[in-house]
Amino acid sequence: MPLLQIKNLTHFFGGLRAVYDFNLDLEEGELVGLIGPNGAGKTTIFNLVTGAYKPTEGEVRLNGDNLVGLRPHKITAQGIARTFQTIRLWNEMTVLDNVCVAHAARIKYSLLDSILHGRRYQEEERQIKEQAIELLAAFGLAGQAQELVKNMPYGAQRRVEIVRALATEPRLVLLDEPAAGMNPGEIGELMGLIQRIRQEFDLTVWIIEHQMRVIMNICERIKVIDFGETIAEGTPAEIQNNPKVIEAYLGEEVF
Amino acid sequence: MTIDIFLQHLLNALQWGSFYALIALGYTMVYGVLLLINFAHGDIFMVGAYVGFFIATFLLGIAAIFFGAALPMWASWLILILTILGSMVLTAGVGVGIERVAYRPLRERGAARLYLVITALMIGIFLEYLNLSLLGAADRGFPELIETHIYTIGNVSFTNIKLMVIGLAVVVMIGLEVFLRRTKMGLAMRAISYDKVAVPLMGVPMNAIIAVTFAIGSALAALAGVMYGSAYHVLGFDMGILIGWKAFVAAVVGGIGEVRGAMVGGFLLAFIEIFVVALGDVPGLEWLSSTYRDLVAFTVLLVILTIRPTGIFGVARRQKV
Amino acid sequence: MRKFYLPLLVLLLFVAIIGGSWLRVFNEYWQLVLLYMGINIILTVSLNLINGYMGEFSCGHAGFMGVGAYVAGLLSVWLFAEDKVFGPPVLPAALAIPLFPVILIVGGVAASLVGLLVAIPSFRTRGDYLAIITLAVNYIIKSVLENFAPGGARGFVGMKRVMNNMDGVFDAPWLLIWTFIGMILTIIIIRNFVSSILGKGVVAIREDEIAAELMSVNTRRVKVIAFMLSCGLAGLAGGLFAHGPGGYINPGTFTILKSTEIMVMVYLGGMGSLSGSIISAVGFTLLLEILRPLGVFKWVVIPLLLVVMMLVRPSGIMGNKELTDVFPRLRAIFGSKEESYALASD
Repeated sequence: MPLLQIKNLTHFFGGLRAVYDFNLDLEEGELVGLIGPNGAGKTTIFNLVTGAYKPTEGEVRLNGDNLVGLRPHKITAQGIARTFQTIRLWNEMTVLDNVCVAHAARIKYSLLDSILHGRRYQEEERQIKEQAIELLAAFGLAGQAQELVKNMPYGAQRRVEIVRALATEPRLVLLDEPAAGMNPGEIGELMGLIQRIRQEFDLTVWIIEHQMRVIMNICERIKVIDFGETIAEGTPAEIQNNPKVIEAYLGEEVF
Repeated sequence: MTIDIFLQHLLNALQWGSFYALIALGYTMVYGVLLLINFAHGDIFMVGAYVGFFIATFLLGIAAIFFGAALPMWASWLILILTILGSMVLTAGVGVGIERVAYRPLRERGAARLYLVITALMIGIFLEYLNLSLLGAADRGFPELIETHIYTIGNVSFTNIKLMVIGLAVVVMIGLEVFLRRTKMGLAMRAISYDKVAVPLMGVPMNAIIAVTFAIGSALAALAGVMYGSAYHVLGFDMGILIGWKAFVAAVVGGIGEVRGAMVGGFLLAFIEIFVVALGDVPGLEWLSSTYRDLVAFTVLLVILTIRPTGIFGVARRQKV
Repeated sequence: MRKFYLPLLVLLLFVAIIGGSWLRVFNEYWQLVLLYMGINIILTVSLNLINGYMGEFSCGHAGFMGVGAYVAGLLSVWLFAEDKVFGPPVLPAALAIPLFPVILIVGGVAASLVGLLVAIPSFRTRGDYLAIITLAVNYIIKSVLENFAPGGARGFVGMKRVMNNMDGVFDAPWLLIWTFIGMILTIIIIRNFVSSILGKGVVAIREDEIAAELMSVNTRRVKVIAFMLSCGLAGLAGGLFAHGPGGYINPGTFTILKSTEIMVMVYLGGMGSLSGSIISAVGFTLLLEILRPLGVFKWVVIPLLLVVMMLVRPSGIMGNKELTDVFPRLRAIFGSKEESYALASD
């Protein structure tokens, strides 16, 4: 069974049709891309899958379990994590705290425990912090664990966001324009990082990007949408030569 | 409830609604332009009432020198008009002054909205207790400027003052609508409430518009203050607190930032208050006494806000995820 | 060894304050000031959880104080005092001392349940709209007390008899003792909660609620917890306040003006700073006393002071730093954030 199944996903914002009849089956371990011109509805699809919006119509299933109507934190606990187009870290908190709080779903101690700071509380907190430090270390960020996120350079913040997403122990990661604002060198690093986390953490990755270099190089399969509708689907080679795709990005060809 | 009693209550509600609506307009216009809840606004109403009181007392004193005890009709009306206009102008000055001295420095510094709100709260308290310190705890009696006539049609009785309040409020609100829709300044004010960033970039002077907004809002509150004084004659340093908060809630229920919302919200609140208490006359509902009036009003408003959080005319500001 | 510094300090403080009061080193006036300091600390620290750590604008805190005051006050008079409304005391005076904390807790629990009236709307609304809801709730509470509580708008008397009965069993500054304990408990509860990962969810909500929800934080649960803790502690403060000198409470005390007073203390101290709240509550109580000769005029001076502060240092005395951030040596006594990060136990 595919890890993620999206069927007939449609969403209206009032009278505006943002997404129309979107379908996707993601197999475990795949690395799939989602591209399209600005305003095509790509981030909206991510929002619908993660529960930030409730879709007007359609089905979303993770391992067969329905996700539609669940609150976002539950959907995340089921195993979907995401990063954002503009970085949405908790600025006044430290890097370590940003990663620790993402473990919220795994907390087993009760409110009373958190006030009394008993044995079970201390043990769980220690474990979570250990795991968080290990995760940060894997990305070279352990040394900055106590830094406030707002004081970190942009590239590091992007990495923290990815680490935070990984802290939720997902099966599927949705990356929303992870290369935004990066220079070519950083983009190269990013591509390596994405492949790495896919392998190390046994992840399925679904990525929205504008940087064609990233999409064409690492994605196995690409979906193209425009005005909320799917206009093409296929391997990078197929997409590059697809006239509809070219038209969507560049306008009609004039011969 | 007979039709007479209904009409009686209706008139009361229209009068109360006039006060709420006039004050609510000030809240909503400032919010539309600055996204600021000007918590000092209820106290601007109080300032307007007191300024009117002093002007009226002063003018009456002068008139007494000329005319003795009995004033000719035209003199009374003239005093009333001067009191209203004088209070509106002076209170507008107070409102603009507060904006200039307390809010603008924070705005220019790019301070978080929260600090503006706190400052507004403080200015309100400052005004109340300035009044209390300078004028003492005793209430003031607003002088009767126009002889009160009671008219009776059928079983419904009302005073000329009540008619004047409602009439003035309606005229002023129509005037405001015309101003907002037909003049350039009005257009600019409406534009800013939709998009704060683009409008200054189009060469529109923000500071001037903000000053005008505060001036109009304060003038309207002053009008309400003078009318309140004329109708009820009792002024106290804390008169702005309760009526201010209620007008504020009314503005929010109508949809804060929307001028029509303030008007509708103000009258709606008054209607709810008056008719809920009126229901206490219905057999079986005697427990609805006037002491519950405020409680029921706030509860109903809470319910409305829970069902429709952005208010009646409000537009939800969609957050981009 | 280091772990004992803080409890020792607290013990010393307790002995100094309570002992000093018992031995009349502090006269009635100063005991009252200390009492109000303690109550204000509880109020400020509890409101800071919502207005500071969670970044909301709750302007109705006094309402919850009122709930606690009335519930605790009515309960203690019913149980332990002869009263026009309730008749003779239900329980013997000797039980008043051990049961007093129970009464206070009942008051706090009642207040925290009323806090749900604000917690639940907070799921869908934030910012200005939630501020209005808190205002309306404050007003509704006051109105309910006026209309339904014994004594109505004129107020309720009788708590003094309870305190006298307690003194009759054993003469000690009981209210001050319980206020001190309540204050320490409040500080511990809030500090422990916000330093836990569960509690840090509160700050995450402030910084970016949608991201928090998407990063597996159950924002509704966290909000309910925060509001119930905050309102419950305000209720505790109210219960203590109700048994103050005079033993008299009336709904008019718990209005928006009182809520504003508490807000002033929070913003003065610095949002999101526990030590800021404590310093500010103590300082503000003293300021009110110092300015007492000004009479009513002090409420002209205080708002102006705050306006000036908004212009000069809007983040408050401590901003969002703690005392240990400014004076690192104090970490020896109070512990530090890093200490809670220590991966190895001592």
